[in-house]
Amino acid sequence: MREFAEIWSYLAASPLIWLTATLIAYVIGDTLAQAAGRAPLANPVLIAVILLAALLWLTRTSYATYFEGAQFVHFLLGPATVALAIPLWQQRHAVRRAFLPICAALLAGSVTAVLSALAIGHALGLSPQLLATLAPKSTTAPVALGISQSLGGSPTLTAVLVILTGMIGAIVVTPLMNALRIRDWRARGFAVGVAAHGIGTARAFQVNPQAGAFAGIGMALNAMLTAFLAPWVLGLFQ
Amino acid sequence: MIHALTLILACQLAGEALTRLFGWPAPGPVLGMALLFVLMLASGRVAALVQPTGEGILRHLSLLFVPAGVGVVGHLQQLGTYGAGFALVLIVSTVLALAVGAGAFVIVARLTGNRDKSDA
Repeated sequence: MREFAEIWSYLAASPLIWLTATLIAYVIGDTLAQAAGRAPLANPVLIAVILLAALLWLTRTSYATYFEGAQFVHFLLGPATVALAIPLWQQRHAVRRAFLPICAALLAGSVTAVLSALAIGHALGLSPQLLATLAPKSTTAPVALGISQSLGGSPTLTAVLVILTGMIGAIVVTPLMNALRIRDWRARGFAVGVAAHGIGTARAFQVNPQAGAFAGIGMALNAMLTAFLAPWVLGLFQ
Repeated sequence: MIHALTLILACQLAGEALTRLFGWPAPGPVLGMALLFVLMLASGRVAALVQPTGEGILRHLSLLFVPAGVGVVGHLQQLGTYGAGFALVLIVSTVLALAVGAGAFVIVARLTGNRDKSDA
């Protein structure tokens, strides 16, 4: 077994092992989510994060060591954010046709998401750093991490809060909209894209294609608006 | 593919440079997104060029959150302390944002006579 220990100590110090582990964990998470019929609770990211966190704990590996390998995946968040322009461009005609309702829903939904989270968090006595971490929770993850970092929050904790927000939105959207008697698929989709980013958008596509397209528009526009809105709303609570 | 990737990275780089130059609060990639959107509107060739590569990146968007998500190992204590508070904030705020956003859409659509075509 001395050989195994030697191989392990060599591999554990190289970025390759944690990059590979990240991809394997995601493939397992995605396979399980597919097997569960893409139910909102069976989120592939959440499954992958739990598997990797358990593996780091078992092998007593620090997050810094893990990140040396995982940074190659993490880096792609920036280009992915830029690429969100593509679905927005593909839906440009739908955006033009429903321009005023989209502007109203974007402003109302985005302000409510940030303001209500910070107001409740402030009332519960969360620290300014935790409020900054919480502010971009409805924004798509790559943008949320950037906002959190520039506001002095904790990007890693923001990532977890963003995923949880998406799962909550995906679970409650259909029963909530039915209870409110909102039947316009554009309104239902757009609202879930603004409030619950990509996870909500994936849910909207399962329910109705038009709702899915509008959810994608909501997610992309909210990412841009929250980037400018969050610092300003956060200033109200400091 | 290499041209598309170059264009996407160039938009991000320009976004990063501009936000720092003017001290804007928005992350650089968000400005890069706006820049790419304008370029796609301006030129059909740009739009055709970036679509396959960009869609490839977006198809596995959720994989990209995993490394940051694993950072939760350093926050387990905070999550334990504030777990109930976070749960309350996230649930109430998400329900409110959904209701207000969809409500605003429906009301303005009705006021401006903007009908959902698939409704008819």
